[in-house]
Amino acid sequence: MSDWLVLPILLPIIGAGLSIITGRVRWLQRLIGLSVLTVMMVFSVLLLVEVDRDGTIATQVGAWPAPIGITLIADRFAAIMLVLACLMLLTVLVYAIGQPGAERNHVGFQSVYLILAGGLCATFLTGDLFTLFVSFEVMLTASYVLLTLGARRAQVRAGMTYVVISLLSSTLFVTAIALVYTATGTLNLADLSGKVGDLPGGVRMAFSVLFLIVFGIKAGLFPLFFWLPDSYPTAPSPVTAVFAGLLTKVGVYAIIRVETLLFPTSRPTTLLLVLAGLTMLVGVLGSIAQDDFKRILSFLIVSSIGFVVMGLGFFTVAGIAAAIFYVVNHIVVKTALFLTGGLVEHVGGSSLLLGVGNMVRTAPVLAVLFAIPALSLTGVPPFAGFVAKFALVDSGFGTGEYIVVGVSLLVSLLTVFSMTKIWSGVFWSPAERVDDMPPAAGHHAGRIGGPVLMVVPTAALVAVSVAIMVLAGPLFALSERAARDLLDPSNYVQAVLG
Amino acid sequence: MNVTLAATAALLFGFGTYLVLQRKLSRIVIGLGILAHGGNVLFLASGRPGLPPFVGTGSRREFSDPLPEALILTAIVISFAVTIFLLALAYRSWVLTGDDEVEDDIEDRRVAAGLRTDEEVGDEATAISESIVEDER
Repeated sequence: MSDWLVLPILLPIIGAGLSIITGRVRWLQRLIGLSVLTVMMVFSVLLLVEVDRDGTIATQVGAWPAPIGITLIADRFAAIMLVLACLMLLTVLVYAIGQPGAERNHVGFQSVYLILAGGLCATFLTGDLFTLFVSFEVMLTASYVLLTLGARRAQVRAGMTYVVISLLSSTLFVTAIALVYTATGTLNLADLSGKVGDLPGGVRMAFSVLFLIVFGIKAGLFPLFFWLPDSYPTAPSPVTAVFAGLLTKVGVYAIIRVETLLFPTSRPTTLLLVLAGLTMLVGVLGSIAQDDFKRILSFLIVSSIGFVVMGLGFFTVAGIAAAIFYVVNHIVVKTALFLTGGLVEHVGGSSLLLGVGNMVRTAPVLAVLFAIPALSLTGVPPFAGFVAKFALVDSGFGTGEYIVVGVSLLVSLLTVFSMTKIWSGVFWSPAERVDDMPPAAGHHAGRIGGPVLMVVPTAALVAVSVAIMVLAGPLFALSERAARDLLDPSNYVQAVLG
Repeated sequence: MNVTLAATAALLFGFGTYLVLQRKLSRIVIGLGILAHGGNVLFLASGRPGLPPFVGTGSRREFSDPLPEALILTAIVISFAVTIFLLALAYRSWVLTGDDEVEDDIEDRRVAAGLRTDEEVGDEATAISESIVEDER
């Protein structure tokens, strides 16, 4: 299996090339995209099963030995993220094909989307810092194109902010890599894990903060989140769904990977906990102020990043396991919410809370598709979001960090408020028309609430979120095993260096 | 570390930061380019610069480390590509608004007052009308 680790990176890139060649034959192009992502999905599930059974597997690309060559490695955490990424990419691609808009208007959509998929998978599988940088860039460059597809004025404006901020963080990343290489003479994460510990305390601290800034920008951590709610809502809704579900989580993944592997501690990290608390609070307060449901949801992405970083900040098996479980649930739920948001916009003709209304009668299916992930996101029992938040709070009490736990509970309450705002604005209240607004160009909802290819993937994701609730026990046990791997890097190091 | 290289990198970072803080996208692009150069020069300083990487034979001390140079090359290619994308974005902005100034977040101001038309739906409407035209053909 280890020789096949390169498949989730190579396959989408080759698929992207074929996709460009077959651009004029749309059915063939779609077939390529869907089959590539299906193969990746099957592969990633097989990989997760094998990694969970036999432990971490690694391979050296080009057979150069470990500290010199490019290492690809899959431990439980990486495999879990890979499965989720492939699942989201596949369902959202079906949705994009079903939606009149981005995918139909732009021949290049499929190939750029596949490149994004390749970059994402490479980020999860890479075992050295520079390859991490390159994978980030592959993924981000694809995301620039997807974000500005159509090149409307709002998109160009948001794209400028997004590209400039991302490029700035990439430059900082190169600088951080340069400094790490100067100090240690290696960029292989497993090799670094042994060598960073020998550096003087001040240098280690500087590296730790530098990486936190670099990945914090990508993850949307306070105070580096401001670009996120500004840029995400302007993209076509399937693109926003993928960005919301996966792109910020890549930043979080990198934070968790680097913090546990290079800068391990045995005590809760005050810096991370303070940042986590502020991220949660600012995100949810921002969401309450908005009156456009896409922007409300975008601010809530920021808020949820805080929850994950809080789990990491505790630096206990329970805390990190809860963080992983939270990420798993959140990716599914957030993507589902954005897909439902796209459907609401399709039917109602607007993403403003004032512009749409009364959907519980006109499109009852959409109300259900919104209600289930929304309840899960806010953490209402018995949904999986409740299990994740309960585990986070429990692990917080275990380490005695009562303040940040208190903040997280307050934030959960406020999340309920902002979700209620969407619910009453979109589904219950009658649609209000304001004079200077043009009439909404909505579509008839039909029996199931929209085009079949849009509703089915959304419903599938909602079903997955329910499945996470039903299988919470085994999934949480898996998260715990992954957390144990993360806190004890010896398996990781041994798999790479032998 | 070589002091000249370190000072050069520091200067480049300074210039770059100043330019990135401007409002015009064209200046930001130049600033980002200079920043990237700063990072690359810093990287170069880590590999005993000034010596040849792979020429002839000799002891290890007579060669510079080729790895940073290889990595810098990759970083240059990436920043080159993204810079071109940014320039295209600046041009598009100029076509749309007659300026390449990075605008404020309009939505943020709208939250206080005012409304907007929904443009993605416009995109969908275009798609539908185009497909109708195709069907008619």
